[in-house]
Amino acid sequence: MQSRLPILVFAILMAAIPFIPGVPPFWIVLLDNIGLAALVAMGLVLLTGVGGLTSFGQAAFVGFGAYTTAVLSTGYGLSPWLTLPLSLVVSGSLAVLLGLITVRLSGHYLPLGTLAWGLGLFYLFSKLEFLGRNDGISAIPPLSIGTFKMLSPGSIYYAIWIAVVLSALLTMNLLDSRTGRAIRALRRGHVAAEAFGVHTPRAKLLVFIHAAVLAGLSGWLYAHLQRAVNPTPFGAQAGIEYLFIAVVGGAGYVWGGVLGAAIVVVLKEVLQSYLPLILPGSGQVETIVFGIMLVALLQLAPGGLWPWLMSFFPEATRGKKPDTSLKLEHRARAPAEAGVLLQVEKARKQFGGVVAVNNVSFDVQAREIVALIGPNGAGKSTTFNLITGVLSATSGSISVLGRKVDNAPPQEIVKLGISRTFQHVKLVPDMTVLENVAIGAHLRGHSGPVSSMLRLDRTDEAKLLAEAARQIERVGLTEQMHQLAGSLSLGQQRIVEIARALCVDPMLLLLDEPAAGLRHMEKQRLAALLRELRDGGMSVLLVEHDMGFVMNLADRIVVLDFGTKIAEGTPATIKTNPEVIKAYLGVAA
Amino acid sequence: MNTTIMLFLVQDGITNGAIYALLGLALVLVFAVTRVILIPQGEFVTYGALTYASLAAGQMPGTAKLALALGIGAFAFDLFEARKALHGRLVVRSFIANVVLPAIVLALTLSLAAQKPPVAICIALSLVIVAMIGLYLYRVAFQPLAHTSVLVLLIASVGVHLALQGLGLLFFGAEGQRGPAVLSGAFTAGALRFTGQSIAVYAITIAFIVALWLFFGLTLYGKALRATAVNRLGARLAGIRTTLSGQIAFLLASVIGALSGILIVPITTLYYDSGFLIGLKGFVAAIIGGLVSYPLTAVAALVVGIVEAFSSFYASNYKEVIVFMLLIPVLLLRSLAAPAVEEEKD
Repeated sequence: MQSRLPILVFAILMAAIPFIPGVPPFWIVLLDNIGLAALVAMGLVLLTGVGGLTSFGQAAFVGFGAYTTAVLSTGYGLSPWLTLPLSLVVSGSLAVLLGLITVRLSGHYLPLGTLAWGLGLFYLFSKLEFLGRNDGISAIPPLSIGTFKMLSPGSIYYAIWIAVVLSALLTMNLLDSRTGRAIRALRRGHVAAEAFGVHTPRAKLLVFIHAAVLAGLSGWLYAHLQRAVNPTPFGAQAGIEYLFIAVVGGAGYVWGGVLGAAIVVVLKEVLQSYLPLILPGSGQVETIVFGIMLVALLQLAPGGLWPWLMSFFPEATRGKKPDTSLKLEHRARAPAEAGVLLQVEKARKQFGGVVAVNNVSFDVQAREIVALIGPNGAGKSTTFNLITGVLSATSGSISVLGRKVDNAPPQEIVKLGISRTFQHVKLVPDMTVLENVAIGAHLRGHSGPVSSMLRLDRTDEAKLLAEAARQIERVGLTEQMHQLAGSLSLGQQRIVEIARALCVDPMLLLLDEPAAGLRHMEKQRLAALLRELRDGGMSVLLVEHDMGFVMNLADRIVVLDFGTKIAEGTPATIKTNPEVIKAYLGVAA
Repeated sequence: MNTTIMLFLVQDGITNGAIYALLGLALVLVFAVTRVILIPQGEFVTYGALTYASLAAGQMPGTAKLALALGIGAFAFDLFEARKALHGRLVVRSFIANVVLPAIVLALTLSLAAQKPPVAICIALSLVIVAMIGLYLYRVAFQPLAHTSVLVLLIASVGVHLALQGLGLLFFGAEGQRGPAVLSGAFTAGALRFTGQSIAVYAITIAFIVALWLFFGLTLYGKALRATAVNRLGARLAGIRTTLSGQIAFLLASVIGALSGILIVPITTLYYDSGFLIGLKGFVAAIIGGLVSYPLTAVAALVVGIVEAFSSFYASNYKEVIVFMLLIPVLLLRSLAAPAVEEEKD
């Protein structure tokens, strides 16, 4: 949670600029342009830098905003204030339409897909009769309050910068919330987020809409600043330019968008007005120099300028410890969480010709620690993925509390009270331990994006963080609560994953090699914690290679080899089972 | 619908599609090896085309000077990078490859340009000049960024595109140019008339696709490039110099770009900024091909060319809209067919 003070100072500073005597009017025009670009770039920060979805098409959304108000205010005489919500709705709903098609694209299809429809829409703007073809629409009425008309760049300046500061605040609020954590987890792949109930396509669509609405707002302001629109500023070149504004500023930071806009707009202006004096000659010398400077800037600061700038300031004080006295409501439980919690029957998973899991059956009872062991490649992690819905079984069935859950998605499995950790740690490294763990409690919170933006989610949020802090305390990482997850040792990161899984309030905990990378003392503490959980009524299913750890902890052991169950029993019987010894040590033993 | 018109449109579409196929292949190649989405590919096209046209018209193309300037830049980058362990052989080798070579080509161009050299020499010179630009460009702009994210590389690629486009205006002016046909003459088969130029387009495209296929399938360098594309770290551990792979990829891309330019400039007038749109259509083909498959990209490029030809006949106003919107159903199909797989990004 960042302090509001710098934003207040910034807002006052921006409000004061027009009153400073001797400020050239041209500066105000530049600041207007910076504000307009910053709005779009801010959306891209959320979309690209935070959410990992690169879009070249933002200029098209600016166009939707601008053309909506242009058509409605000139053709139908609507007041610009009435067209504001309409502009936002048009950009937002077209974002839903385009987003439904494109956000499902993975990797590099997405940016290229957005480039394609960005270009297509640009040509559409320039060909449609009612949008004035290439000439566009002119004589758009100015914004006005009562009889005061915002005709000059100086008068619309306030409208633009109020929009920028408010959007920045709302965006930052959104990021610092339950929904925000889900968005920030998107960039690291979707398996971990989905294991805790995040509906990732929906989260992606949400940031897409957010970015489009900000772009539409910028377009609406642009139309009333220029009082005319034509297709040129909404083309692919502009879309690319918005993206590099965000990257130059620092794509992961809301204020990076504003900084990037300032740098790019000012740089272009300076180059355009001064370069011809130094280098007289024909052609676009400024474009050449601009392109070269862009590449040089990236080579010097690939992460953008905002984080580079911030590194000169002393580290902000770490967040305060959440008030752990707040209680979070328990997960909605099934009537009887007793008896057989999990029943795996003849589960089979084939990848082409490879049988990774071959008709494996076992169960997990209430208040029981079951270990799944076997040599490398025995199919243990695949079994986990079948149970948690990451993979769907080729045949066989899996039941939770007596009900079949075949091929249910991970989001549904976690609702039943089964939570997990991963063999390869899946935390968001640039989020704090507390925030990472709070993702585990995602389903136990209720606040949506709108209430987060407006800060109506604070009681819900405080409870979520309190629960996260309690679980961190339980696993013994209170000291590291406010550190970035990526800065912890691998062993500690595994423990963070356990805390995150505990935040689900599970009945069954699935741990994939929890003891790997832990020191001896840490292993003992982990074993003690798991026993304590069992005694508290939870069951644990764990995959582990450390035999000492397993034999001392597990109530029952299931042994897999080459995807097939070869033995099941108490640690004592497993230790002497000839099949198991053969699997681990070979025939001669 | 008239069969003659239809055949004519198909023929036109295939000619353009062949060019898009070449560009699409280059884009796929560069992306797979270096993770750079090569927006300046279009500039390679215009540079190749306009250098060729200028030479054929007896004018001195500015691109030869650019090659030398970039070469000097590349040499400086080499020196700076090796500053801790500078030894004579390395300096000499870098000097010859980055400074002496483009200087010789520049001198050659200067002496030949005024005498309106024959078509073959114009082609060879244009290809060499643009190839050097591509090679040095990788050294100067992209090699220092090789470790960064796809997004940063993409933005750098946009920067390079802007600079090259501006330079294009400086070198060739705002006027469009046309070059002499690579292969003159024509013959008719039924209702269709085949020009030597269109035959040259087909022949060279097919030859290039086969050559690329052989290169990647049979040669050690080709295999090294494929290895780099699959896993950079793994390739490095196996002793493949990933910078070399990047250089080869850029070299191939610039040659392919320049060649495409030389092939179209006798058919259509090209301007200094025409490359962007041509390159983008190659992109559309590459995306349809999924940025990984060469044969699929080639087929997709033909489809793009034919769709373009038909839409410019029936709805010329919406030609570009239709071509770029073609992608949406393809992307939709792709995302439905292959649900997103888990990917770890930086």
